[in-house]
Amino acid sequence: MSQAMNTGGEASSGNLFQAEDISVRFGGIRAVDSVSFDVQPGEVFSIIGPNGAGKTTIFNLISRIYNSTSGRLMFGGRDITRIAPHRIAGLGIARTFQNIELFANATLLQNLLIGRHCHSRVGILSQMAFLPSSRREELHHREKVEDVIAFLDLQRYRDTLIANLPYGVRKVVELGRALCTEPKLLLLDEPSSGLNVEETEGMGFWIEDIKKDLGITVIMVEHDMALVSQVSDRVMALNYGKVLAMGAPKEVQTHPEVVRAYIGGEDEE
Amino acid sequence: MRYLFRTDYRQDIALSNHRGDQFWYSLLLLIMLVIPFVLGEFYIGELGGVFIFAIAGVGLMLLIGFTGLISLGHAAFLGIGAYVNSVLLAHGVPFLITLPVAGLFTALCGAAIGRPTLRMSGLYLAIATLAFGSIVGTVFQKWTSVTGGFDGFPVPTPYIFGIPVEGATGIYYVSLAVLIFVLWISVNLLRTPLGRAMVAIRDSEVSAQSMGIHLAWYKTLAFAISAGMTGLAGALFAHYVRFLAPDAFDVLLSIQFVTIVFVGGLGSIRGAIFGALFVRLLPQAIAIMRDSLPFGIGRMPGLEPSLFGLVLVLVILFQPDGIDGLWLKMKRWFQSFPLKRRTGFRRQRAYTKSERIR
Repeated sequence: MSQAMNTGGEASSGNLFQAEDISVRFGGIRAVDSVSFDVQPGEVFSIIGPNGAGKTTIFNLISRIYNSTSGRLMFGGRDITRIAPHRIAGLGIARTFQNIELFANATLLQNLLIGRHCHSRVGILSQMAFLPSSRREELHHREKVEDVIAFLDLQRYRDTLIANLPYGVRKVVELGRALCTEPKLLLLDEPSSGLNVEETEGMGFWIEDIKKDLGITVIMVEHDMALVSQVSDRVMALNYGKVLAMGAPKEVQTHPEVVRAYIGGEDEE
Repeated sequence: MRYLFRTDYRQDIALSNHRGDQFWYSLLLLIMLVIPFVLGEFYIGELGGVFIFAIAGVGLMLLIGFTGLISLGHAAFLGIGAYVNSVLLAHGVPFLITLPVAGLFTALCGAAIGRPTLRMSGLYLAIATLAFGSIVGTVFQKWTSVTGGFDGFPVPTPYIFGIPVEGATGIYYVSLAVLIFVLWISVNLLRTPLGRAMVAIRDSEVSAQSMGIHLAWYKTLAFAISAGMTGLAGALFAHYVRFLAPDAFDVLLSIQFVTIVFVGGLGSIRGAIFGALFVRLLPQAIAIMRDSLPFGIGRMPGLEPSLFGLVLVLVILFQPDGIDGLWLKMKRWFQSFPLKRRTGFRRQRAYTKSERIR
């Protein structure tokens, strides 16, 4: 599997992903205000910031749920600022959601198979008749899905309905569903939210494995600083839609602006 | 209790899980094929009606139960299928062509209504499809040069390879064949990306989209497939009633179809068949009991629709999984017979729904 996924877009510029001066306004509120950053292939890039800082908005811009007011998003040397939302997965960008958005009335296996959707090539009519081509493709999807199930140790939940799974497992399932799309870039929206300390630690190990074994680049929005320092190569801190600081996890966490944004304090006059 | 031991990925996409299923379904098919030689004309006719409603029910089940889009206008699709088939037959087109054409044309109509209503869901979609249904009903009434309006439209007898499809038995066999075809298509759909996309749209549109599912395309497709199946049912329905009147395809019929889906059990193809059995047999049961009910209840007008409404409400309240859920529970009870436990059959409350955004 690692070979198949290890195709990470070595774009000409060296960046896998690049946001150039993106802004988005909802009415009078500037949720994201001229933010620029770039992500190198193979790194884990974290976005931190207080609530309402615009972290998830950036994710929704990348997965094209929102339209940016201005600016440009580049992925693998390609402009994706105005691409149709359903084509994002096919390009190699997968994401998870802050409040798990799994398909609750389907089994784990079915959920992961839906993750394979962007790789299905068989026509509608041959699906309706379940022609041999359709059968072959289903078996191929199943093999890929089983790879992910083995990778994330989900074997025993394979045929369980998502609605019957504990929260911590669902978080991992959502990660698995994103991996099933064989992404080059993985967007994780608060992977540790709702998890206990132990589960958060486990999530940290999954993220490290995804980076090392599968060679997938990760952009992560996260509040848990321990997790951020454990896995990130670089960190960007946001507040009120603006970039406060960017750099190594240690630097950013001790940056005076960041500390003030989190803890509060007098404006330096 | 039977535990499946899987040794091959093929097992999970096979049509039947184990030998037992194959045996019982073959037996059921055999019984269905033999029934016309055993039962009287009346019962064959009624069963034919059940098959026709089951075809439409499966179509609507794909839309409501699997894609999560509601439609209160499916009687219109039934009507479109019925009129297209009958008008073409009257112009001398052979039945083996008019039947698929009726299905395909209705599918196109379904896509046409599906497309503009894509942005709606829930109540709004229900209202939009309701309006569509009443518009189509009016067209049936006013377009007298084609439909004959309130004078009605006598449906010509269809021929298959020169054999006339007449009487209850003919309709019975043709409907059975179409029902099996429709079931085959549905089961195939549900084990391929198309069916999974529909389920994904039902459960979470946002994440369906981020998995690469083109929402507009798949919703339109679901509408088209559902309407197409209902159109096929309509073509058969025309021969079942033999005389088309525009007021047959009204809202009450649409609500009967929705009842099939809900009473049968949302999200189950088998449920659509149970639902069709229920919806077709309830009026017969009322007719039988009519005279023995006290206080003249049996002779009150509107008894049938109000009973339908009552059953629908009761099922949604107390048996949300419908008849199919009951069936599964019974099956489980017998499978685990000496070791049955009360708690295994109690309805579980899932807490997922409360924390969802929508």
